[in-house]
Amino acid sequence: MRGIGRDKGAEVNVTDPPQTAERFDGRADARPHRPIAGRWLAVWPTVTLTAFLTPVAVGLAGTLAPAFGYLPALGGTTLTLEPWRELMERPGVTRAVTLSLSTGITATVVSLLLAIGLAASWHGSRAMALLRRALAPLLAVPHAALAIGLAFLLADSGWLARGVAAGALTIGGPLADEWARPPALGLVNDPHGLALTFGLVVKETPFLLLMIVAGLGQIPVDRTLAVARTAGYGPVTAWVTVVLPQLYPQLRLPIYAVLAYSLSVVDMAMILGPATPPTLAQLILVWSNDPDLTRRFAAAAGATLQLAIVIGAIAAWFCVERLAAHLGRRRVVAGRRGAQRSAAWIGSGAGFAIVCGATLLGLAALALWSVAGQWRYPHLLPVSMTGDTWAAAAPRLAMPAETTLIAGLVSTAIALVLTIGCLAYEKRAHLRPTARALWLLYTPLLVPQIAFLFGVQVLLVAVDLDGTWLALVWSHLMFVLPYVFLTLADPWRALDDRYERTARCLGASAGQVFWRVTVPMLLRPILIAGAIGFSVSVAQYLPTVFAGGGRLTTLTTEAVAMAAGGDRRVLGVYAFTQMALPLLGFVFALAIPAILFRRRRGMRS
Amino acid sequence: MTAGLILRRVELVFGERLVVRVPDLAVRPGQVATVMGPSGAGKSTLLAFICGTLQAGLTASGEVRLNGRDITDLPPERRGVGILFQDDLLFPHLSVGDNLAFAVPPEVTGRRARRQRVETALVEADLAGFARRDPATLSGGQRARVALMRTLLAEPHALLLDEPFDKLDRPLRARFRQMVFDHARRRQLPTLMVSHDPADAEAADGPMVQLDAYDDPVMTNGF
Repeated sequence: MRGIGRDKGAEVNVTDPPQTAERFDGRADARPHRPIAGRWLAVWPTVTLTAFLTPVAVGLAGTLAPAFGYLPALGGTTLTLEPWRELMERPGVTRAVTLSLSTGITATVVSLLLAIGLAASWHGSRAMALLRRALAPLLAVPHAALAIGLAFLLADSGWLARGVAAGALTIGGPLADEWARPPALGLVNDPHGLALTFGLVVKETPFLLLMIVAGLGQIPVDRTLAVARTAGYGPVTAWVTVVLPQLYPQLRLPIYAVLAYSLSVVDMAMILGPATPPTLAQLILVWSNDPDLTRRFAAAAGATLQLAIVIGAIAAWFCVERLAAHLGRRRVVAGRRGAQRSAAWIGSGAGFAIVCGATLLGLAALALWSVAGQWRYPHLLPVSMTGDTWAAAAPRLAMPAETTLIAGLVSTAIALVLTIGCLAYEKRAHLRPTARALWLLYTPLLVPQIAFLFGVQVLLVAVDLDGTWLALVWSHLMFVLPYVFLTLADPWRALDDRYERTARCLGASAGQVFWRVTVPMLLRPILIAGAIGFSVSVAQYLPTVFAGGGRLTTLTTEAVAMAAGGDRRVLGVYAFTQMALPLLGFVFALAIPAILFRRRRGMRS
Repeated sequence: MTAGLILRRVELVFGERLVVRVPDLAVRPGQVATVMGPSGAGKSTLLAFICGTLQAGLTASGEVRLNGRDITDLPPERRGVGILFQDDLLFPHLSVGDNLAFAVPPEVTGRRARRQRVETALVEADLAGFARRDPATLSGGQRARVALMRTLLAEPHALLLDEPFDKLDRPLRARFRQMVFDHARRRQLPTLMVSHDPADAEAADGPMVQLDAYDDPVMTNGF
């Protein structure tokens, strides 16, 4: 221990680590400083992780065991490969696996290319600024409502066909005769799953774009681009070669989540996908609801196969990432500058216009059908409007709407409490978020739902909890929590902690500071995270089917059940309500802070 | 009883191996002491230690006494130490008046009495009639004055200044500095200022402390 004398009497001491430790332990009057917050905050991460990872772990176990023959309730007590043999013997399995792979991978690749193309070629434009604001509400549209809307567009007598017919009828001639009746387009439920792929692209492109926009906030994009542009690179080439590599690490998990979702989606597949055979995930669902209980073994094996497919696809994607990075570096070294306005600009713009257009038209179709009186092909608009469908559906709509609302509000409230607890602890303990923590958070989004929900259901039945509110809310919480956390984490971490320190020094206790400074200052992001969480809950199909046990049904399960050959008007009512609830959530989330802080310019962002 | 702010054997530990020993220091009531040193020398950390808001992960030891009372282990809200940062940090969700009312001690009860304190403070800061204003609509100098009055309204027994004049324009800077020092002296507050501007230290006209941190391993082994 040596000191350096300073002229003003100051002294600086420099020590090695072991000495430091010894010195502090050894000194009688040394008082290590205590952290300013209660240690009780440390329980939050534990409680949170337990709450949403236990069902995944337990559910996977509950899927894997019967996949190898162990399910005592159905007499399976020995380990055997029999379920796998049975799975392979089921008709259409190979085709179903091929369909899952082709639709899932195509949808992910197309969505990603579209999102990247749009972000790269439209960077800094006014259209992009407008789009950023529209992304969150666009994402809030539940999968099922979106799929039903798209089906209304693409069906043989849907809006698309009616549009063409209207054109043909104005032109006249043989074309008009041909389009006078609904054509046999067969666009929806096509055997190759193209409609399903399209639906997934429409749903996932805005999500990936939002993730890109969020990631861009973390890196110095404009300066990076300026360097590349002044070196003579075209805008898109510059973006792809210098921005994308910095951005990609933050995009990786969202992309894997999209891949996992697209490979195992059930609700959109039931509405838009092929029927004979359907995709693998749908087959599993059918078997697990089969009156013949022994079919559960094949279902478990199928769910395990689904898990293997997703893991394999993510691993393959990871390898392709590496290859693309390698090729990308060679391209950078080669120094090709790219064009000023490349095809990407037009292609991605057109692609995204189709995505947005299809979403909006689909939702408009839902709304219109729900109030349509007489509306025959090839009329573009209903001849008359009526509230009859709503009046007739209202009594049956009330129960599922109430269940949807309660499950959504309760799971969102729990998710917000857990998230805020974790973030408060993180800040007090001065922890840095790690990559591992992020992987844990994404776990429920990476493991295909059907792979562990099957096991969850087996266990819920075993402990007689299926069809209870506890099961329903918990199953929603697993998916609500990651989204709430991911949305709230950045604004929470960005809050200058000197505000809280200032408030403490002004005489406010930790609790007072939390309620009077932290929460009001973060009210807007908290409510937006809540709106997103609520929309995630409303959209859940599979967790509701498995945990609700048929006793608790939501707008989503009702709408999906009705989608196959139901009355378009009634379906419109259900799907429209399903879509309206999350949007209402966003209206509240934006309006409340806007009204409360209408005279506070510093609270606008 | 010793009046003023006293630091005894204070050491700040950064990470695993870097220690800064703060020279013992006594700041008498009404006196303004200056802590100088390059960035990263632990100046702000020292202030956080004194007011009790040291973030977890940083350790410090030693003793802080204020007017004869050992405040080292007290929570920040019970230390009676006010702090002013280089940003005004006015709460954006509260009006100017509510920002000030936030600081008025709970012992002052009754709407009227509390509002009276706020109004008096506004008059003192030459901001009479600003109570209902949105802080975001004030000029930089006005915001700085509100921040100062907010700190003083909490009736601290000592004042810490974390480069509070840094973001102000030159002419404004000297004037605001004078205002802060005047208030501190009139209230007989022992004041500790962190600054790297020699003009600040000159105006403070009090004891000076130099902090330095070395994390160069060559230096570590070399001395």
